[in-house]
Amino acid sequence: MKGMTVIVKTITRWVKVFIFLYGVYIVLTGHLTPGGGFAGGVIIACSYILLTLAYGKEFALKRLGPRTTAGLDSGGALLFLLAALLGLGYGGIFFANFLQKRFPGREFQLASAGIIPIANIAIGLKVGASLFLIFIILSILRIVLDEKGQQSMVQHWPEGKGEE
Amino acid sequence: MGTETILIILLFFMLAGALIAVETKNLLSSVISLGAIGVGSSVAFLFLMAPDLAIVQIAVEVVLLIFLIRGTIARDVIPQRGHIAWGALAVVVVLLAGLLAFGTYAFRGIGRFGQPVISAVQEAPSNRYLAEGVRETGAVNIVAAVILDYRGYDTLGEATVLFAAILGALTILRVKGFTKGGQR
Repeated sequence: MKGMTVIVKTITRWVKVFIFLYGVYIVLTGHLTPGGGFAGGVIIACSYILLTLAYGKEFALKRLGPRTTAGLDSGGALLFLLAALLGLGYGGIFFANFLQKRFPGREFQLASAGIIPIANIAIGLKVGASLFLIFIILSILRIVLDEKGQQSMVQHWPEGKGEE
Repeated sequence: MGTETILIILLFFMLAGALIAVETKNLLSSVISLGAIGVGSSVAFLFLMAPDLAIVQIAVEVVLLIFLIRGTIARDVIPQRGHIAWGALAVVVVLLAGLLAFGTYAFRGIGRFGQPVISAVQEAPSNRYLAEGVRETGAVNIVAAVILDYRGYDTLGEATVLFAAILGALTILRVKGFTKGGQR
């Protein structure tokens, strides 16, 4: 049986959604309350790390494979750069907050502060995906002894999930 | 002595450290010269009235130096026997005393403990961020306003560093490598 005991699995099944939603909340309200992309991204990655620890890596990698994670990582970085470049195009300055200048929202509203929520979402995607990617890589490495008694690193990918 | 003169002296000190680190034959001496560069930039941050950056710089530098010395000390340590090199010792003592004097001198512009720079210097940008941040950016969380609007470049650099770190980890930890002739 892969993963931990049935107690840990049951609690994880109940808790994982709330951890994930809390991370999304921290990312989305980064411009209103303490938090933001970095903290929320870490919490989102933690929900998937909990899933990996409780159910085993085959279960978690079936839901979020390394290829998807790498795509989310690069997508977050590109979205952040795109927000900055749109500021250069529409506001005249790199990283200009052009949305706030054109459509100034009311303070303490979710739809306010221009590009800051967009940048928070981008950073949250990037940080969460890259932390989970590091965790995947570290959890897949095994150190084995070959016939000559020498140590070597081997990657144990679940079937059909091998990376090129 | 003006700040620019001091910064130029520090810059030449760091340049000398970098040249020695590149040119020396001994790996351990090279690592220690790198440490001199880190200390020089930390003192430079102190002169530019950024004690937070100076503390971060010196902490990262010390940890990195410990790792590097731990990694290189087994490689080529040369045990010294016989007479003590008094000339080299004198140079080391003079350099350390100079660095200590520079560090002490740098603290004259910084306010007392508990009084941050923004309360002493009226034209510090932090005062403007705190006064105009909500009106200019619309974000009521001033931390988000600073890191994502006023200092977006800084955050872009941070994201780049994170990206490079992930890329490096993935490259080092993979098993399948690439050789000159193609995939192994």
